[in-house]
Amino acid sequence: MGERINGGLRRVPTWALYILGMLPAPWLLWQGATGALGVEPIRALEHELGQWALWFLIAGLAVTPLRRFAGLNLLKFRRALGLIAFYYVFCHLLVWIVLDVQILGQVWADIAKRPYITIGMAAFVLLIPLALTSNNWSVRKLGPRWRTLHKAVYAAAVLGAMHFVMLVKGFQIEPLVYLGIILALLGLRMIPRKRRVAVRQTAG
Amino acid sequence: LATAARPVAAAAEGLEPNSWEEITTYNNYYEFGTGKSDPASYAYMLTTQPWSVTIDGLVDRPGDYSLEQILGEMTIEQRIYRFRCVEAWSMVIPWNGFELADLLEMAGVQDGAKYVAFETVLRREEMPGTRYPILDWPYVEGLRLDEAMHPLTLMATGIYDRPVPNQNGAPIRLVVPWKYGYKSIKSIVRITLTESEPPTSWNKANAREYGFYSNVNPEVSHPRWSQATERPIGGGLFARRQPTLMFNGYQDEVAAMYDGMDLSVYH
Repeated sequence: MGERINGGLRRVPTWALYILGMLPAPWLLWQGATGALGVEPIRALEHELGQWALWFLIAGLAVTPLRRFAGLNLLKFRRALGLIAFYYVFCHLLVWIVLDVQILGQVWADIAKRPYITIGMAAFVLLIPLALTSNNWSVRKLGPRWRTLHKAVYAAAVLGAMHFVMLVKGFQIEPLVYLGIILALLGLRMIPRKRRVAVRQTAG
Repeated sequence: LATAARPVAAAAEGLEPNSWEEITTYNNYYEFGTGKSDPASYAYMLTTQPWSVTIDGLVDRPGDYSLEQILGEMTIEQRIYRFRCVEAWSMVIPWNGFELADLLEMAGVQDGAKYVAFETVLRREEMPGTRYPILDWPYVEGLRLDEAMHPLTLMATGIYDRPVPNQNGAPIRLVVPWKYGYKSIKSIVRITLTESEPPTSWNKANAREYGFYSNVNPEVSHPRWSQATERPIGGGLFARRQPTLMFNGYQDEVAAMYDGMDLSVYH
C-alpha cells in the first residue's frame, strides 16, 4: 500500500504543486476585489493568507515524520512546500503593509512596539535566508551547514503560530490548535531512532 | 419621531450610513462564534419572542418588564451614530430606539444608585459560541449612572426602521456611541442599578487591554494595536484609513463627564 502511494507520488511533477499551491493567493485577491470575502476584505485577505502560510509550514514540517512513522515519502516536494509557505508569508506581509496599515511610519512603529507583529516579522526574517538557499547550488555550496541553516524553519513555524495566538481576542482554541500541531511535529523529531542491529546477519 | 428638544448633534451632519448588508453581515457577537460572519450565520437560532427585561437593584419599581410593556411606554426615534469597534474598524448606523434615561426613569432610580449593570441572554442551546470559554458567559457590561442617563445613550430596537436583526443584538440592545463597540451590549435581559462599579466581560478577560470606561480615544493605544486610525467598513479592498476622533466625535456632548480624570489610567 505505502509502496504504491510512494510510486504514484513519484510520478507527480513538483511544478504541479507549485502551480496548485500558489493559485489560492490570486484567487483570494479576486474574491476580495469582487466582494466574496465580505464587507471587510482587507482583514479577511490578510487572515486567509496567514492561514495558508501556516498550512504550508505545517505540511513542510510533516514530511520527515510522515516518512519515518508512516513510510510516506514526500521528500521530493519539501522544497516546494517551504517555498510556497514563504510565498504566503510574503503576500500576508504585503497585504498588511499596503492595504491594511498603509502608512509606512506606522508599519515601523507597529513592528517595534506591538509584540505580536514583532514576532510575525521575526518569523518572516528567519525565512528569508531559507528561501534564498532553497536551490541545488546552495545545497552543494553550503554542504552540511545547509541542514543546520534550514533548521531555522522550526523556530519560524513556532513564531508564526505564536503570532496567531497573540493576536486574537478572548480565549480562542483555533490558534492554539495550530501551535499544538507545530509543537507535536517538532516533538516527533526528538523521538530517538532505534539502533540498527544485526545488519551483518545477511553475511551469515 | 425625533423632536426638536432631542440633541440634534447626535444626528450629525454628513454622516453617510453603512448599507444594511454591511451592518448585518460583519458583526462581533461571540456567543455565536468569533468569526465576523458567524453571527449572521447562526444568530437565527436565538428565540427573541417572548422577551422580557428584568430591572432590579436600586430601583423603585423592580420587576420583569415585557418588551411590549417597555415599548408601550417609550417613544422610538432614529439616531444616526458612528460606531467604532476596539478592533479599529468603524461604521455609521441608523438606529431606532429610545433613551436609556427614559427606561431608567420608568423604573425609578433610587438615590444610592451610582452604576448600571447589564446582562446579555445566555441560552447555551441557542448560542453555539457559548460552548467555548472565549469569555466568562453571560456577557455583562456596565456604565456609570451619568453615562447611562446621558441623552446620547440609546436602547436600540431597530436599524433602518426594521427590527434589530438577531446578529446585531435583537430584540433590544444598548448603544453608547462614544465608547468602543463592546460596551454596547446586545440582547439585554437584565438591567441592575448598583452602588459599586459592576464587572464587565472584556475587563474580566483582560483588564490591561479593556478598561471599565472604554471611551474611544485615539491617544490611548490598545496594548496590541494603535487606536489612532480606523478603517471605515464598505471601502472594499482599497479602503483608506481615517483618523479616529476623540470620544468618537462626541467630545462636545460627553467630555465634561470625564473632567479631571486621567483618561489613560481610566481607559
